[in-house]
Parts: sequence; structure tokens; C-alpha cells
Amino acid sequence: MPVRVLVAKPGLDGHDRGAKLVARTLRDAGFEVIYTGIRQSPDAIAAVALQEDVRIVGLSILSGAHVGLTKKTADALRSAGADDVLLVVGGTIPKRDVPRLEAAGAAAVYPTGTPLEDLVDSMRALSGAAQTPL
Amino acid sequence: MRSEAGIPLAPSYGPADLPPPESIPPPGMFPFTRGNFADGYRGRLWTIRQYSGFGTPEESNERYRYLLAQGGTGLSVALDLPTQCGYDSDHPDVEEEVGRVGVALDTLADAEILFDRIPLDAISTSFTINGTAAILLAFYVAVGEKQGVDRSKLRGTIQNDILKEYVSRGTWIWPPRPSLRLIADTIEFCAQEVPRFNAISVAGAHFRDAGANAAQEMAFTLADGVTYCDEVMARGRMTIDEFAPQVSFFFYTHGDFFEEVAKYRAGRRRWARIVRERYGAKDDRSCMFRVGCVAGGASLYAPQAHNNIVRIAYEALASVLGGVQSMFTAAWDEPFALPSEDSATLALRTQQVLAHETGVTRVADPLGGSYYVESLTDEMEARVVEIMDDLERRGGMVKAVEEGYLHRLISEEAFRVQTAIASGERTVVGVNRFETDEDPPEVEGYEMDEKGRIRQLERLAEVKRSRSAADVRAALAALDAGAGGSENLMPLLVNCAKAYCTVGEMVAVLKDRWGEFRQPTVF
Repeated sequence: MPVRVLVAKPGLDGHDRGAKLVARTLRDAGFEVIYTGIRQSPDAIAAVALQEDVRIVGLSILSGAHVGLTKKTADALRSAGADDVLLVVGGTIPKRDVPRLEAAGAAAVYPTGTPLEDLVDSMRALSGAAQTPL
Repeated sequence: MRSEAGIPLAPSYGPADLPPPESIPPPGMFPFTRGNFADGYRGRLWTIRQYSGFGTPEESNERYRYLLAQGGTGLSVALDLPTQCGYDSDHPDVEEEVGRVGVALDTLADAEILFDRIPLDAISTSFTINGTAAILLAFYVAVGEKQGVDRSKLRGTIQNDILKEYVSRGTWIWPPRPSLRLIADTIEFCAQEVPRFNAISVAGAHFRDAGANAAQEMAFTLADGVTYCDEVMARGRMTIDEFAPQVSFFFYTHGDFFEEVAKYRAGRRRWARIVRERYGAKDDRSCMFRVGCVAGGASLYAPQAHNNIVRIAYEALASVLGGVQSMFTAAWDEPFALPSEDSATLALRTQQVLAHETGVTRVADPLGGSYYVESLTDEMEARVVEIMDDLERRGGMVKAVEEGYLHRLISEEAFRVQTAIASGERTVVGVNRFETDEDPPEVEGYEMDEKGRIRQLERLAEVKRSRSAADVRAALAALDAGAGGSENLMPLLVNCAKAYCTVGEMVAVLKDRWGEFRQPTVF
């Protein structure tokens, strides 16, 4: 069964070229992809993740608000009972923020410049690993 | 071989490729292919207008006064996303974004601080604001009044181009129809009361950054311009010559050098012809295509990021050879963070070297008459016309926006480019050729200060405490009644601003009347 991924744009940032490219690339790579569109609240993203039963939520943030929004989305997923959903984050992210995002609950971080094939490989590995019982 | 927008290219060009002489009269003559002014940049250099603004109004005010003290004559105000999308700083959903990508403005009190000790009759101010553009214009008029500056003396620009927001930039609030009405209101208001202020800057830049090619960027933008002019003309209250001189344009310059030059020349000619033929303009000033641009954006890459310095410089040169009136050069570290002081200064110096050392400003339209550039200009114009005709046949821009047609075209093009880079068909130095195994640079970036957000919240609370609740209620009720009818809403918004209504309060009144836009999620 294909792995279901929700590509989501939290916050008010409207730059979605990257999110759409990633959505399309993942679809071509065999994932089942849902795209939320821009300007979604963390709660709305968690609700869609739960409803669509996705394995991975991918956030795309270019406004600099990535740390706070990642934390809020991770919290929203937890309180919606979607603890098993993996959260990954991409966008305009300086190197110094990668550990902060991981601490906030990101399983992987893809800063600008990440080759798309690396992203696909990483997401395949993540979803495969996550399907194995711990 | 083809240009980036897909125009087929011959190995060389000759006299047979030149257009008829009436298409390329001397600079300063209709249809302005060779530039708006007979003396090019001799009479007036392009405006070097670097986009800045951050944190609180106090911090931004300090930065602006510094820039003006350094000899600047224009400001370019970056607003934070809550202000752009119509939320106050104390809205629970926007906590992370207050003061982040620009300055937060909640009420007139913030605008008073932002322009404190900046004489509004001596400078021009450009606001990158769309959804809430009418409200920001109301703030500016009200601050001017407080300073004793009559609105007829105010100079500047609001972007005020909502159609591209629906497609690519994302700071929409209301659906297209009522938004167009509000834009027409601002255009009318400026024409009648703020005659030195550009009521709109129709922006293709964001189509481009979302993935459109140069021909699509120009075509979509001109089609938007036509939609706004149609809206004003349909009211039957003004002639084109009464407002067209207050319409301006804004684009990205990317990497295909000659194509970018041709894009600006073709756009200038096409707009001039549209304004004369479609609207019957009598005044040549109405037909002028006044254009600002950005060099950078999606043409910049993260790997070997210092290469971006070179890309920006070439793009800046293409913009100037294309005849732009103002320019913002991005910083090389843009793929990673908001620019640092150093990278922002280097971006400014890039323009200053171009303007004052290279000699490109000495002669108007130096590429005019080039077999290749003139032919490419013709080809570009033909493509622009073709794309605009397609949109018109499909029922116009609003329909294309509502149905997601533009979203689809742009995503297709973005994907095509990405595929061409992945396959090596298109070379990007340091990305798919001449790569090195280097780590991304340590970027200083700009770190937000949490204290600023708290100060902003305190001031908003203080304004809400000290203002007259009765005045606020009355002003908002008048706005609501106006929105239900067809009168011009600008005087009502100025009234709300002066009563210290918040951006969020004004937006909420109009949302109740007009509803909210829902974006198609095509990818």
C-alpha cells in the first residue's frame, strides 16, 4: 500500500512553489499525497492528518516562523491522538535551527537546497522504519 | 536552441529581423519600446529601493531614518504577515509571525511611530501590501494629516494587486469581486485626492517566483492590469487619462539575460498599445509602463550560495538595459534567512557600482536596434499577446483565478524547470554542474527579539484602552453600511484609522459583508 503523506503550509506564509514541487515529486515517487493549500492552522493540519490517516506530515515554511509552527503542529498532532504520525519540515531554514526543529518534534529537516531525490530517499527510509514495530 | 521561455533562437540575427520603424521610435516616444524617457537614466537614475522593515515600528523607524540620513529618498516598507493578512498582533493564531518578515502595524498609533520625524512631503514610501492595502493607505493619509501634510503632497505606492495574491503570494482576505471593488475605490480616491501616489503596482514578480516563465509573467501581469482598469472604467466615473498615470508595475528579473531585457521592452510596448487602443487614452503619460523590479528570488540557489552575488549582478544589469524605473537587489543569503546587515549592504553596493562605475547609464536604451534584441522583443510581445488572448477567451483573469487555471499553468512550468535541472538539460552552476561537497555557509541571518512582540502587544492593549469606544463603534458601523452599498470606502477607512480602529477590526467588518476567499489547492 502506498505511504500517505500530507504536505502542509502552516502559518501565513504564501510561498508554495516548494511545497507543490515536493508534493508532485512524492506523488511521482509512489507516495499518496494530499496538499492542504496555504495558511492552515496547526489544529487544522492535525485534523486532516488524522482524518486522512497519513503516515507523514511534511511542513513547508519559508517565513522564518518554523520553530514555533513546528512545535505547535507537533503538539496539535499529539493532542489529536496522532502520535504515530511522523513530522518532517522543509523551507528557508538556517543550519543553526535544525537541532531546534528536531527538538520540537521533527523526524527530519530539509533546508532549501536539499536535492529532491535525497528528500524522497529520506522519506522512504523514514516511512519504512516507522512501519517496523519498535 | 530556445530561450528559457521557449522562444526558438537562430544562430545569429540580421537586418531582416528588425521590426518596422514605427515599433521602435526613439526613446521617450509612444509606444515606448526604447524607454519612457528621451534621455534614459541621464535625467533621472532608477530608484534604488531596498525592501526593509522588521520587528516593531520603533525599530523600523530608526532604520528608515538611518537610510534617509545616508541620502536615501524613498522607503520600501515590509509589513509582517499578520498585518498583510488582516490579523492584529494579539490574534491567537499569529503569535509566531508578529514582526517577523516585516513591521507590525495594528493601529494608526503604530503608523505614527513608524513615520515619526520623517517628513512625508519630502520622501516617497512604497508599501508591499495587498489584502489590506486600502487600510494602509488610510493610515498614511491620516499620519500625513497629523504631521500637517496635505494628502495631495503624499508620494508613494501601495502594491494593492490582489489577483496575483490568489495565485501565488497568498495574502488574500476577501473573494475577488469585492476585492476588485475596494481596489477601484483606492484608484479613484488617489486620482481625486492623493494625485502623487501610485494606487497600484501590478506585480508579476510573484507569478515568476512561483514558477511562471518570463512571457507568462508579463502576460499575466498585463492581464491583471487590464482587469483593474476595466473595473474602474466600468464605473463610468473617470476617463483612463484621469487614473492610468497612477498605475505602476513590478517584476522579477531572472537569469536569461537577453530574454529579460526583451521582456521589459516588450511589456512597455504592449501596455502602451493596450492603454491607447482598449481605453482610448489621449495622454501619452497614461500609456507609460512604469516598472520596478527585483533581482534575485527563485533564481538564487543554496549550494555554493556566494554564486548568487554574481547572479544578482547580471540580473541587475539586464534590468537596467531593459529600462526599469526602480530596483531592489536581493541578498545572496536569501535562500537561508532574512539578510544580515553585511549581505544587505553588498546588495545595495551591487546597484551603486552598476549605476556609477559601469557607464551603462550614459546612453538611453543601449541595446536598441540590436538585431537579436529587437527580434526577441517582437517574439516576446507575440507570446504575451497569445497568452493574454487565451486568458480572455477563457473568461478573464478572475475566472482563471477562481478555477485554478493559473495555479496549474504556473505549477506545470515550475515542475518543467525542476525536471530540466534534475536531468541536466538546464545548467545551474554549483547545483548540477561544477558541484563541490561543501556545507551550507554559516549564515548570520536576523534573529527575532521576543521583547519586540511583547512591546507591540502592550501598545495595542494601551490603544484599545485609551481610544473612544463610541468613536470606534460609529466608524466601524459607517464602514459596514458603506460596504453594503456602492460608495467609495476610502473616506470611511480614513475615518476608522483616525478613530484608532485596528486593522483586524476593519477587516472583520468587511469579512462579515464579503466572506473569505478559498484557494484552489492544485499541484
